[in-house]
Amino acid sequence: MKEEVRLMKGNEALAHAAIRYGFDGYFGYPITPQSEVLETLEELMPWETTGMTVLQAESELAAINMVYGGASTGKAVMTSSSSPGVSLKQEGISYIAAAELPALVINVMRGGPGLGTIQPSQADYFQACKGGGHGDYHLIVLAPSTVQEMVDFVGLGMDLAFKYTNPAMVLADGIVGQMMEKVVLPEQRPRRTEEEIRKQCPWAANGRKGLRKRNVITSLELESSKMEVINERLQARYKEIAKNETRWEEIDTADADYLIVAFGTVARICAKAKEIAAKEGIKIGILRPITLWPFPYEAIEKAAKGKKGILCVELNAGQMIEDVRLAVHDSLPVEHFGRLGGIIPSPDEVLQALKEKIIK
Amino acid sequence: MEITDIIKEENKVYCKPELLESEVHMHYCPGCSHGVIHKLVAEVIAELGLTERTVGVSPVGCAVFAYNYIDVDWIEAAHGRAPAVATAVSRLWPDDVVFTYQGDGDMSAIGTAESIHAANRGENIVMIFVNNAIYGMTGGQMAPTTLIGQKTATTPYGRRVDLNGHPLEITNLMKELDGTCYVTRQSVHTAAAVRKTKAALKKAFQNAIDKKGTSVVEVVSTCNSGWKMSPEKANEWMAEHMFKKYPLGDLKTERKYDEE
Amino acid sequence: MTQEIIIAGFGGQGVLSMGKILAYSGLMDDKEVTWMPSYGPEQRGGTANVTVILSDEKISSPILDSYDIVVVLNQQSLDKFESKVKPGGVLIYDNNGIHKPPTRQDINVYCIEAMNACIEMGNSKTYNMVVMGALLEVMSYKLPMENVIKGLKKSLPERHHKLIPLNEAAIEKGRTLIK
Repeated sequence: MKEEVRLMKGNEALAHAAIRYGFDGYFGYPITPQSEVLETLEELMPWETTGMTVLQAESELAAINMVYGGASTGKAVMTSSSSPGVSLKQEGISYIAAAELPALVINVMRGGPGLGTIQPSQADYFQACKGGGHGDYHLIVLAPSTVQEMVDFVGLGMDLAFKYTNPAMVLADGIVGQMMEKVVLPEQRPRRTEEEIRKQCPWAANGRKGLRKRNVITSLELESSKMEVINERLQARYKEIAKNETRWEEIDTADADYLIVAFGTVARICAKAKEIAAKEGIKIGILRPITLWPFPYEAIEKAAKGKKGILCVELNAGQMIEDVRLAVHDSLPVEHFGRLGGIIPSPDEVLQALKEKIIK
Repeated sequence: MEITDIIKEENKVYCKPELLESEVHMHYCPGCSHGVIHKLVAEVIAELGLTERTVGVSPVGCAVFAYNYIDVDWIEAAHGRAPAVATAVSRLWPDDVVFTYQGDGDMSAIGTAESIHAANRGENIVMIFVNNAIYGMTGGQMAPTTLIGQKTATTPYGRRVDLNGHPLEITNLMKELDGTCYVTRQSVHTAAAVRKTKAALKKAFQNAIDKKGTSVVEVVSTCNSGWKMSPEKANEWMAEHMFKKYPLGDLKTERKYDEE
Repeated sequence: MTQEIIIAGFGGQGVLSMGKILAYSGLMDDKEVTWMPSYGPEQRGGTANVTVILSDEKISSPILDSYDIVVVLNQQSLDKFESKVKPGGVLIYDNNGIHKPPTRQDINVYCIEAMNACIEMGNSKTYNMVVMGALLEVMSYKLPMENVIKGLKKSLPERHHKLIPLNEAAIEKGRTLIK
């Protein structure tokens, strides 16, 4: 398949991207508002074209453990879900991180807690970036703001996951899952052959071909002194990831009086607020973290220099703001504005909040 | 003195299977059934020539360290999730032969959904189910398969139907599923029983090679430590009580289903 | 060029698909486009709306407070969105079922009799295309008809492509309703 320009929903785009980036397997369980991912994959029947496996599992638990199994063999595998389903996956995610496996998990967030709502939300920031499952681990968390990024981050997420043998997550809000935009689908990347997989992943458990030494994928180590060494290795890798892979986008931050920090689609709502504010003579800069973990602390610290205040806009009660405050060490006022439970603020509301909370 | 000084090649009547690690000491209690079952699995894999294409999935429970003993590739699954893990491996590597090795807690408590659904999809895997009616690893608590009246750490006065429900015969459920091609219940408490179990395992692995669907081999086993009995007494108790509830023999030998 | 448009009506009036055809037409004309549906229980049976943005530039927010063009097809939507038309902008409404017409003086209001036009043409299924014709007529950005046809082709399943001439006729009819 050649590169192709299409109009599609973010959720559909995820499915197309999974095929075109040469994934070997997708395992999922339906949940609103991201069921189109599985539906689109089943409709496209990639097993007939690229040979990709698609399976509707009996639960999110089963799906994430299928991902664990597939990743253990060196295959490129993924799952997608929405907030309550991603909560169910946390056990498996912790195991995948502990076993140092590459895998991609997508969360198209809806409002919580509990069964919550099916409308868009960003309330799983803590879950994605601060643990979620048990133990000291991190996911590489990518936050798309456009349908194009939904496509791109499927590829980027998998590449990073394999580079660092660490699970990656695409943390999308329901807005970008449901909206349609112009999107450029990449040219088909061929799936790796079994030979290539064996070469790329000599650690993988896929049969002792050539009677090589056996490979064991496990996260169990009962001896504390050895478990500490494993943990230290993980921590060293997280440092390496933070050094190399922190990503963010800035819009007119140098020339601004005020800074808005927002991620995902919300950053675009803020960009519109910035346009409206400019007509009133208010100069706003936007900083959009693209990787939520690793978080762009230094970039925010730098962008905050000389500003009168920072507004963090999130579809939650104030989660990322904790990291923004860490970044700027109380050197300027940092306030939060968010709508809860699936409500999306408009650009006017964002500007109003900036005026009330920061400009005063 | 070396062991070869005592046992000369010409006198050898038995040796460990090549796939059973010789340098590693098993952590299983003396008298436990796991050791025998491990040996059989190792023999069957080697005899069917599957060493280069077998992936085992170990459970949480006493057999969690199975990967230390049998010399094939292994994936250690979260508690109860082995059939889901095996599903993915089997689908993504169709030339591989994949088996799970699960206890009663893994198979029929926390992992009931995964077990039933993998079997119902007819995944081309072997599920080895070691049923000793107790949670050995965590210190002898009640399992779904614990018998009525049986004393465990969490049923100190014996299992009661009104408090704990009935023993779960998950293998009987598996038999009813269209995805299973072979469901059998065996034991390893006598030489004859060991031979039968080996034949059952061989059939199950052959089914996986032939892609006939899911094979379930239950091995009714002892946990003499958990049961607080000598190995010998445990075998007797098993024959007397366990086999009544879990009678040995094939429950299903062929996959039959309507294409519609 | 940027056109910020919202189309609102009852679910079943073809609001979302009209937005999709408009967005696809823009895409065929090499524009940046976003299509943002209304969410939730409103989607079924109740009112549905879709925001479509067409632009030469990268589009920022898919969610807006005010619009260049508002198209409303029932009273509830008119009540909700009349105030959201930018000063100097355009409001299009179908008088069918409207008992409280718009009152704003600072915008251009077009009352179209799209339902009547459909009945005249003998095909009520092309209702949303008649409305789209009217919308295309008032847009300051003139979307070439050939790209609208391409957009239609992309939006409709292959088996419905035989209906494209009918839809094209409906669009042309809709254009004539702007007076």
